[in-house]
This record gives sequence, C-alpha cells and structure tokens, in this order.
Amino acid sequence: MRGNLLGAIVIVLAALLSLDAGAVLPDEVLPNPVLEARARAISKELRCVVCQNQSIDDSSAPLARDMRILVRERLVAGDSDSQVKAYLVERYGNFVLLRPPVQADTLLLWLGPAIFLLTAFGGFAFYLRKSKNQLTITAPPPLSDEEDALLKRAIEDQA
Amino acid sequence: MKLSVFAPLAVMIAIGVGLGVGLTNDPRALPSALVDKPLPDFDLPPVRAEERGFSHEDVKGEVALINVFASWCISCRIEHPTLMRLADEKRVPLYGVDWRDKREDGAAWLAAFGDPFKLVGEDQNSKLAIELGVTGAPETYVIDHTGRIRYKQIGPITEDVWREVIEPLILSLEQEAAS
Repeated sequence: MRGNLLGAIVIVLAALLSLDAGAVLPDEVLPNPVLEARARAISKELRCVVCQNQSIDDSSAPLARDMRILVRERLVAGDSDSQVKAYLVERYGNFVLLRPPVQADTLLLWLGPAIFLLTAFGGFAFYLRKSKNQLTITAPPPLSDEEDALLKRAIEDQA
Repeated sequence: MKLSVFAPLAVMIAIGVGLGVGLTNDPRALPSALVDKPLPDFDLPPVRAEERGFSHEDVKGEVALINVFASWCISCRIEHPTLMRLADEKRVPLYGVDWRDKREDGAAWLAAFGDPFKLVGEDQNSKLAIELGVTGAPETYVIDHTGRIRYKQIGPITEDVWREVIEPLILSLEQEAAS
C-alpha cells in the first residue's frame, strides 16, 4: 500500500516536472538557447491558422511547423519579439494572435467579463438592500384577540 | 408581479440570440489582411524541372489569378474543372502555386488532371504561403493590373463562386485597368 502511494507520487511529480516540448521537432530547435526560449514564448502566442484553436507551438500541422521555422529565422536575423509578431499580423491580421490586442473593436471582448461581474454584483447588492427594507416595513402585525386565545388554548393543551 | 423580474430572462435571451447568430458565422472566412496591398516579392522554383517557375514580375501588368493548390488537397479537385474551363477560354491568366508538395507529386497531379496554369511554381516551405497569409488550400488571389491583391478566395472556386464573386470582380478590375 505504502509502496503504491510512493509510486503514484513519483509518477505525478514526473508528469509535472517534465519539460513541455510542444510540437517543436528536434531539427527546428535553434542552437542558441536564449533565442530558442524566445522563439518558444512567441510561438505560444501565435495561432495555428489551420487548426485555429492551438498555438503554433502546440500544433503539428505542416503550416504551423513552417511558421515556427519562420519565427526562428526572423529571430536569428535580429528581429525583436514584437517585430516577429508584427510580421505575421501584417500577413494574417490580428487573428494570428491568440491574445487579441486592446483596441476599439476588441474593447467589449476585454471589458465584457468585468461589465458582467459588476452588473451581477450591482444587482445582488440592490436585491439585498431591497429585501432588508422590506423586512423593516412589513413587520408582521400583532396577533388579534381571537388568535391570542387560540394560541393560549394550544399551549394549555400541550401542558 | 413586476415586469422587472423578467429582466434577467430578457438578458439571457438576448445573449442566447447573439451567440446563436455567432454560430452561423464561418470561422474559416477570415478577411485577408493583405487586400489592397501589393503582391509581395517572390521567385518560385518550377514544379517541372524543364520549365521555369514564376516571380511577382510575371504576374504584374494585367488582371490575374494566383491559385494555391497541392496534390494532397482534396478540395482542389473540386475547383479544377472550373480552372480548366477558364484556361480553355483564356478568360484570365492563372498562376499556380504548388504548396507544401513534392515536386513530382505536383507534376503528376497536373499531368493527370490537366494544367490550367500559365506558369507554375512550387512553395515547399510555405515561404510565399506565409507572405500571402495562406491558411489552407485551395486559396486564390485576385491580382489587379498594378500588381495589388484585391481579393482572396478561401476554398474552391466552384462555378457559383466564379459567377457570383470572381467574374464580376475581374470585370470591374479590367474596366479599372482600361480607364
């Protein structure tokens, strides 16, 4: 039993600590580890335009591979990270970025969740205040004589 | 019962309708970032060794189509008869980009189904494809007489697409060129 648990922990740790290689093939990797790390970071931000919901770092589509190689070529040629991204945005539009830039036509996208959350909290606060007011206003009226007598009789019956 | 209790329901319905309309959009129909931009510089090697490929200089000067195809591309077979007809009628010069394909496969494909292209080049490493913003095959770029990209057709040029989209565009571009 103890051995099993230990084994499970080792497997989970191994899975957590293993390096994520994405879809990058060995022949794509740059000899310069700094450039390679930058290429990996940029690739994670770029959409594979064939598969659409994967980054080119994750996708094994042929076009994603060619884009990864292009990213590395641009970095070797001395481009900055933002220049590499701009190069692809010029050709594929903002669609190629997995994280869309904040601009006029994406404001709703960026602020939408916050607006929803604020509206929900606002509505909840409004509801709470309203029900509190209702409590103070609509306190139950005192018992009538008839009800009072009924209550007394019920208590006596119990005793 | 106050009407305001229906407010959340109304909001949910509005969101549902909005998202439902969103579902009808084709996520593959991307606007090309390159429309109205000049054709990038390129020089493609040939698919058939005995021929020459083509460069951006070849395409300039008249209204033309650049078609991205490949032997592995199933949808390219769908549009091929239309391209062959256009070539037979000499309607508009067609240039072929054999994308991410083995040369011999591309050449065999053209030999088997017919070659509608004025010139054919191959783009094995997606160099031109990425310059053009290609997302898949087939894709066709309409180039005007000044060498600018004016339209990008994603997916096959069926007879319908030709009649309703490409031909009217080419007619207006040819008028533009003549005036």
